[in-house]
Amino acid sequence: MSLDYFLTVSVFSMINMILALSLNILIGYAGQVSLGHAAFFGIGAYASAILTVKLGMGYWPALLLSVFISGLIGLLLGLPALRVREDFLVLATIGVNFVVVSIFNYVKFFGGPYGILGLPRPSLFGHAFTTREYALYVFLWTLVVVFLVHYLSNTYLKLGFDALREDEDAAESVGVSSPRYKMYAFAIAGLLAGLAGNLWAHYMTVVFPDNFSFPVSIGILTMVVIGGVGTLVGPLIGAIIVTILPEVLRFARDYRMLIYGLIIVFTMFFMPKGIVGSIKGLIFGDTPLGKKRVEKVRRIAGAQGRIAGR
Amino acid sequence: MLQNIVNALVLGSSYVMIAVGLTLVYGILKILHIAHAGIYAFGALFAVYLCEIGLPLVFAVTLSLILSALLGMIIYKGFYKHVLDRGRIVPLVMSVGLFATMEDLYRLMWGPYKRPFDVYIDLPDVMTMDLYLSSRGLLMLIVTAVVIVLLYLLLMRTKLGKSLRACSNDLGLAGAFGINTDRSVAFAFLIGSSLAALGGILVGLYDNTVYPTMGSVPSYKAFVVVVLGGFGSIRGAVVASYILALVETFVVYYFGFLLPRDAIAFLTMILLLMFKPEGLFGKVRR
Repeated sequence: MSLDYFLTVSVFSMINMILALSLNILIGYAGQVSLGHAAFFGIGAYASAILTVKLGMGYWPALLLSVFISGLIGLLLGLPALRVREDFLVLATIGVNFVVVSIFNYVKFFGGPYGILGLPRPSLFGHAFTTREYALYVFLWTLVVVFLVHYLSNTYLKLGFDALREDEDAAESVGVSSPRYKMYAFAIAGLLAGLAGNLWAHYMTVVFPDNFSFPVSIGILTMVVIGGVGTLVGPLIGAIIVTILPEVLRFARDYRMLIYGLIIVFTMFFMPKGIVGSIKGLIFGDTPLGKKRVEKVRRIAGAQGRIAGR
Repeated sequence: MLQNIVNALVLGSSYVMIAVGLTLVYGILKILHIAHAGIYAFGALFAVYLCEIGLPLVFAVTLSLILSALLGMIIYKGFYKHVLDRGRIVPLVMSVGLFATMEDLYRLMWGPYKRPFDVYIDLPDVMTMDLYLSSRGLLMLIVTAVVIVLLYLLLMRTKLGKSLRACSNDLGLAGAFGINTDRSVAFAFLIGSSLAALGGILVGLYDNTVYPTMGSVPSYKAFVVVVLGGFGSIRGAVVASYILALVETFVVYYFGFLLPRDAIAFLTMILLLMFKPEGLFGKVRR
């Protein structure tokens, strides 16, 4: 296993972490299930590609602008969410994904099926990043995103999202404006996914429409769900698993997708709350097994209390 | 003009077959049953396989339909049934996983390549001045018409149909009135899956190709029909199938190939969801 291979896999897993965290804000925090997240990812990548290759911008202004554009378009694509809920929203976002990819595919400006080639690697003080430095750069961004999401989890915004997720009508009745919080959620998710798209595009230095097609959205959803919806650590773990699993399963070349699919099915079967959710359940007593354990601990603690003779 | 309408009818018929099962399942369980398209592909692939080992067409199709129906029921009894009470996202993700697994299984079993569906069909080609309809297209129209009539009779005139409609109205209430809801749902999966398989076979015949990933596009496109038809209304789904096919065909015909037809379908769906979220034929639900 060469260093470059290791670096590439870790860059992909970090970018996937950002994507999973961003989708988690929509699904886990605000309760808006989106199955078109690859569209946001693609918009970030394509915005950056067009700004740098077609308009000849430098990397840093393009980074700012492309992330801003993704946030804005995220806001726009969030508009259907104001009208529709639940399954309708799932279908609308699937539709958004298909439409965005076919626009990339069929509009000349976006390069068609051949995509856009020759994106520059970022450079600092005239020194272009090597693969190793780029991995470090992505790592720094991942840290920033993790801290940002962690910070958001402790703000009033998160409370608004929680209210929205649990019951829209009840949230409205206590003064949480559901359209406003939905727009916030979509804008933040769009920003983060756009950042991931930018990082990905400048690592690969090429973008194709197929990189952002519907199965990619499914992949991102899988990361969030396997890790644990609504937790901070869950999507991170999920992203690592989903990225590394196909690499680890390389020995089973032909059966890769089969095993992958089966893992998804059986995770849903036995751990519907994801890995982190299940572990939490075990500790805090939400699942049957966990409940038994917590009761046992209480019993022992209670017995000891009596023995001590209060 | 006439040619376009006939093309749209053929296309619409293929939507009907797959959308009916989805609508039945969605209407009752409120699950987005993506793996349905896996059964669609299975029906076609298995029928071709049986034909290749030398069985006559009718026998191959019958056997394939029965097996597909059973496969659909296994998916319900083995998987969905156990996760119904865990929110909506769990069955959805499970369904996606099932679909990926199924597609890969077909690839391993029958190879990744496209294969022709080489059988002789004892029907004439329709050929006039301004119309061409192959015998396979004609077969598709006839079979679909028969299926729609049978489905109508089944849903409106039999006890099973009545119980299905009751379940689709309110599953809990139907159970309270002594309907064996579990059996009804299983029947919905049986009927829906065999229709999807029949749709796969007909499309495979019409295009004269079958391949493991033939379900990928229909799996999501059929949901457009379900949305247009108003989520759970069979009649709506049938009408919506033909409307969608007409819209697609004529948009492509008059405005050129601006976007692929799938994108047009999804764009129609998004617009409809924005402005008429209950679908074309749905009742307003609160």
